[in-house]
Amino acid sequence: MNHTSASMTTMKRFLRYALLMMVVSILAVHVFSQRFPAPEFEGDYQIPPTQIAKVKPVIFEYLDILVFLGTLSLLTWVIIKKRSRKAVFWISVFSLLYFGFYREGCICAVGSLQNITMAIFNPGYAIPVTAIIFFIAPLAYTLFFGRTFCAGVCPLGAIQDLVALKPVSLKPWIRSLLGLIPYIYLGLAVMFAATGTDFIICRYDPFVGFFRHNATSLMFVIGGILLVTGVFIARPYCRFFCPYGVLLNLISRVSRRHLSIANGKCINCKLCENACPFDAIDMPTGLEVKSDNRELVKKLIVYGFITPVLIVLTGWVVSRYHEDFAHVNFKVRLAQEMMNAGQYTDPATIPTEVTTFQASGTAVEALYKEAEFIVHKFHIGSWIIGGFIGLVFGLTLAQLTIYRYRDEYTTNKGNCYSCARCVDYCPVK
Amino acid sequence: MKKEKKIKRRDFINTGIRFGIGAGLGAIAIGLSTRSVSGKTIWQIDPSKCVQCGNCVTECVLQTSAVKCTHVTDMCGYCDLCSGYLRQGVKDLNTAAENRLCPTNAIVRTYVEEPYFEYRIVEELCNGCGKCVKNCGSFGNGSLQLQVNQELCVNCNQCSIARSCPAEAFSRVEHKTPYLLKGFEDLNIKG
Repeated sequence: MNHTSASMTTMKRFLRYALLMMVVSILAVHVFSQRFPAPEFEGDYQIPPTQIAKVKPVIFEYLDILVFLGTLSLLTWVIIKKRSRKAVFWISVFSLLYFGFYREGCICAVGSLQNITMAIFNPGYAIPVTAIIFFIAPLAYTLFFGRTFCAGVCPLGAIQDLVALKPVSLKPWIRSLLGLIPYIYLGLAVMFAATGTDFIICRYDPFVGFFRHNATSLMFVIGGILLVTGVFIARPYCRFFCPYGVLLNLISRVSRRHLSIANGKCINCKLCENACPFDAIDMPTGLEVKSDNRELVKKLIVYGFITPVLIVLTGWVVSRYHEDFAHVNFKVRLAQEMMNAGQYTDPATIPTEVTTFQASGTAVEALYKEAEFIVHKFHIGSWIIGGFIGLVFGLTLAQLTIYRYRDEYTTNKGNCYSCARCVDYCPVK
Repeated sequence: MKKEKKIKRRDFINTGIRFGIGAGLGAIAIGLSTRSVSGKTIWQIDPSKCVQCGNCVTECVLQTSAVKCTHVTDMCGYCDLCSGYLRQGVKDLNTAAENRLCPTNAIVRTYVEEPYFEYRIVEELCNGCGKCVKNCGSFGNGSLQLQVNQELCVNCNQCSIARSCPAEAFSRVEHKTPYLLKGFEDLNIKG
């Protein structure tokens, strides 16, 4: 026993020396690897320090959080208590200037949803506190007061709200159909973030280019189109693209309080319905024709059977494309290029990625294995988001059967952005 | 009477869902905050991985890239024939404009004493193409290195250069260790 432990100690000591020698030899090589020795100046020349730009102070990061929570709280109070459209307008102008043009649109709550996803799926990813707060705070406020964040804290919403000058009303079926896009966008964004592939919400952020006066021409064109469309179809990005809006919409439906129009004193003058640019006001049910209840139940049962079929069907359809999605991933693309590397006859045409990988000395098998695993993840992911999209389709259909009694004009809690235009127009004070 | 009861049932369900969502949000917030970093994270280039492919010039969201050549002066050999400053295989060996390597003339050369010359990067002119970095690394001491200028970088959530970097030299790091300088570890702590 003693003997073994003694030999163990010698072993350890030997290992320690070996390690020390290794470190010393590496250092020696390192020092002598300098091809041209440091100069020995005869004059009084001093080697200037290496110029390195300082990191912007972190204090701004905390300031951002403070301004964010402050604006959100103030706006919520203005909407719920003061019920003032003017105040909402000026706060949204401030948000646009501060979070948009001054802070250049990064980080925003919409994009933070990807950081959260990435942090959940990749335990090694260190998430900044700012991202967590920017993600949680608007959802928490929405849970209690409705989508006050959308009203005028989100710079993307603010810029569109300001250009909504001549809004037209859209047909309900168009709204429902286009309203499915955000769910698909959300599913894709979550899949790409979860696999550590890309942050597509940030990449295709239509307005960040305006905030920075800098973007690819394609994004400028898309942003421009959205803004011009936004003059007539109010807030097109919020309503028909925003993936974060999906979460806010769902949560807002069960919010504890919400912007109300007439508080039970409605005179059915319809002014609010005309004032709302987003078609987010439900008319009293007395003016609608109520279908037969038995008919509705029958429909609901049918949709209840259709939905699982839809889920499997869309899941299958989307999963067919999992390899195309996976190709967005750098590792998968690189593996593909390595497989094709033999085709290149002229060394000048070999992509940089391939030569870089070959120079790095990593075994190509390890890369293939990793890429295969990523493709596998995309296969599962595409089944899940496909199924999710099917579920949303089914629920959208099932929603048609829900009948709710309303005796006055009320805001649709899910779709309403709490912009308070309706309150401004309401003659009941 | 019947209507009143119905509304109450809906309120009850809504409250239940609300508490569920609230609990879920709380769980996410607490769960993630245990491994969050205070302050912020920033983008960093690892010069030992960088292959100077030139993507930094074109891929950055800024018109002129936030990636700049950094001169680690302590590593510099102060050579007269600087491979980062002069082109290879020139006709006449002098510092005429056509012989200089930098496409934007961002390297300033000043005479120190025989036979040494000091080289300085004018960051306003540098576009981060890395031509000088490549040559200095191949033939010289490697004192020229590409780095993200943290004053200029707008810190995109997903760096668009990182996305197209063939060497995967970009990574997100905590702001306390902003720079990684190859061959000169002591400097890494400063920033």
